[in-house]
Amino acid sequence: MDSKRRDFLKIAGLSAIAGLAVPSAFNTLLKGEAIASEHGEAAAAAGGHGAAAAKTGKRYGMVIDVKKFTENPGLADKCVSVCHTIHNVPDFGNKKDEIKWIWVDSFKHVFPDDSSQYKQPEGLNSLPILTLCNHCDNPPCVRACPTQATFRSKDGIVGMDYHRCIGCRFCMAACPYGARSFNWRDPRGKDANGQPFIKAENPKFPTRMRGVVEKCNFCTERLAIGQIPACVEAAAQSKALVFGDLNDPNSEISQVLKTTFTIQRKPSAGTHPSLFYII
Amino acid sequence: MIEKALKGSTGYWLWMLFLLSIMGVGGLCYVQQFNYGLGITGMSRDVTWGIYISQFTFLVGVAAGGLMLVLPYYLHNYKAFGRIVILGEFMAIAAIAMCLMFIIADLGQPMRAMNVLLHPTPHSMLFWDMIVLNGYLFLNILCGWVVLQSEYKGIKYPKWIKPFIYLSIPWAISIHTVTAFLYCGLPGRHFWLTAILAPRFLASAFAAGPALLMVIAMILKRTTKFDVGREAQDKLVTIIGYAALLNFFFLGTEFFVAYYSQIPGHMHTLDYLYWGLGHGDEVFNNLVPFMRASVIMGLAGIGLIFVSRAKQSDGLLVISCLLIFFSFWIDKGLGLVLGGFVPNMLDQVTEYYPSVQELGITAAIWATGFFILSILYKVAISVKLENEA
Amino acid sequence: MYGKGRIIPALILFLGVMTSPMWYKSGDISKLPKPEKPKDYTECVAPTAYMRTSHMVLLNQWRDDILREDGPRTGKTANGTEYVRSLQNGCMKCHSDKKKFCDTCHNYTSVKPYCWDCHLQPKEAM
Repeated sequence: MDSKRRDFLKIAGLSAIAGLAVPSAFNTLLKGEAIASEHGEAAAAAGGHGAAAAKTGKRYGMVIDVKKFTENPGLADKCVSVCHTIHNVPDFGNKKDEIKWIWVDSFKHVFPDDSSQYKQPEGLNSLPILTLCNHCDNPPCVRACPTQATFRSKDGIVGMDYHRCIGCRFCMAACPYGARSFNWRDPRGKDANGQPFIKAENPKFPTRMRGVVEKCNFCTERLAIGQIPACVEAAAQSKALVFGDLNDPNSEISQVLKTTFTIQRKPSAGTHPSLFYII
Repeated sequence: MIEKALKGSTGYWLWMLFLLSIMGVGGLCYVQQFNYGLGITGMSRDVTWGIYISQFTFLVGVAAGGLMLVLPYYLHNYKAFGRIVILGEFMAIAAIAMCLMFIIADLGQPMRAMNVLLHPTPHSMLFWDMIVLNGYLFLNILCGWVVLQSEYKGIKYPKWIKPFIYLSIPWAISIHTVTAFLYCGLPGRHFWLTAILAPRFLASAFAAGPALLMVIAMILKRTTKFDVGREAQDKLVTIIGYAALLNFFFLGTEFFVAYYSQIPGHMHTLDYLYWGLGHGDEVFNNLVPFMRASVIMGLAGIGLIFVSRAKQSDGLLVISCLLIFFSFWIDKGLGLVLGGFVPNMLDQVTEYYPSVQELGITAAIWATGFFILSILYKVAISVKLENEA
Repeated sequence: MYGKGRIIPALILFLGVMTSPMWYKSGDISKLPKPEKPKDYTECVAPTAYMRTSHMVLLNQWRDDILREDGPRTGKTANGTEYVRSLQNGCMKCHSDKKKFCDTCHNYTSVKPYCWDCHLQPKEAM
């Protein structure tokens, strides 16, 4: 082969590779920019220097009234168990492999920055608090995920596509709230006594597989058929959980947030959680 | 040219056999991990990255360290590095190969690794890390092989390779910068959330990479006729010494910011790594002896490396390079990644201890790296010695 | 060609070994899979030919559309019957016997889809 022909083939090969890779990368880059500018507006509002965040479309949120949970002992556990049952969340019986979508932790752990206050009410630090994925408006987990297996959908819910997750656990390092769990082993397995980790399978919902990350999905499968999230339904009688559209000024949740002082977890992280707490 | 790797002394074959046996044992451990899941490791919900990702982070540095040879030789025409520059490029190949293996070992779904390419995600740093690591691997294979082959044929390397060599220089910086960005862009992990992380990574890389190279060069000097030369050796001492000093300077700035500001989140991990973190009634300190040893070894190594040059002592040089290498291996290959998870996002403490299988897989990947390195170095040195004979 | 005497026989041997499964099973039409279709339903969400070749494409489309694009959870067949766009809650409602439907072809073609690592199959078939 003469050298000219060889050079030509080299160039042709290289351009073919570039031609395949560039357009798709470019497309996603543009898509990424669109998401970024959306976040930009929200971020400006957070700093208090810009206009309020754009209020288009739905954005689901939740108010957690801790006082009502204190009045109704056992209610929080009911919320946890109902969620874990309908979503086929396994119970491995140890902390190392633990998977949880929603759980109860003490105030000092859920709000580590607020627990260092010099003088505060007695018993505050050990107050049990219900906690779950914050479905952030500006989610660091979505930014970190290399495959878009975790993503923010149009209604503000941070979702997971378990088919696409490669199990790199970058999202777990990125989440400032410890809301994500990894399937360290097969969730469909059995313990030493032959008891399955998923006590009773819900035939309407899938399980997960070994090697993927999972978390609360704000019951997106229930919202789609007009139901409210399972935990909210479990706490309906006491109204301890208020769920709704934060962008709708007339929704119940907007009314609560207008009239009640609430706090959020780690607001300084700039993530704009969709969960609000009445302490 | 590759056939040079198939002829060697008994020592060479025994060494390769030794590496292969470690690879075999580690391979069996990996089969276990593949069948059971990552739960077989010591990682947990709170410490989600363990020794695999920390080794990966350290080895990116070893790979980037090759820059300290390529840059003076090709950009500044520093002839004394003529014999050693190929060793730097080949070390980068082996190190990147190890990095990629550590990432695959750490994936929960390794069969889906190609999803990163199928769904390119420019806002993820891991996507960029994949691009820069594979790019750097390609550049080093290309440049190293083409230059060596030209030498083998007794001609000067072709002109078209020059742009690739020049490209590999900023590319080396990029691999460690992007690797640092994996960590330092995460809100809520105070220990990693620091702009000095990328510079600190680079400083430790430019010390640890050449230090390992120097140790290997000294072994080669003993076992073969291959000598990198006094001038190259002395120049490398300067590079390793000052890069290591810079690393400790950067580490010092971290200490200042944390303890002068007194912000709890900034102090916690440093407390955990260097003094032990008091939490409730317990004190968590499983990494303290390592981290303290790292500082002592590193500072002693810096002192000794300059003494070794003044005394022209190869023995002392090897000791000081080993001290610096292991100091930084502890600093980055243990403390940096594991420390970042203590305390966790809810201010709770879970300590991490790697499992036996995890250590087996880690050892096997290191052995595979040295296996690749041995083949490449065997070829390079055979060619060099043949040409000189 | 250099070494012709060894290369060509080796190549033939290699091809023979590699294609042996085809020789071994050649022409045995009786082993073709016959998936059992649901008896109470006459129409699927798309024509049989399309479903036979592209059911995975369809499932992936459903998934991405529902999860990422906020797409509808239900659809209508050509004759207007409503169905749920879901493997577990849709397809398996009619094709309720995984062994007699899915597995027949998948086993024949030695395809091992990971659907059932997460999705639950109807109880009666388990």
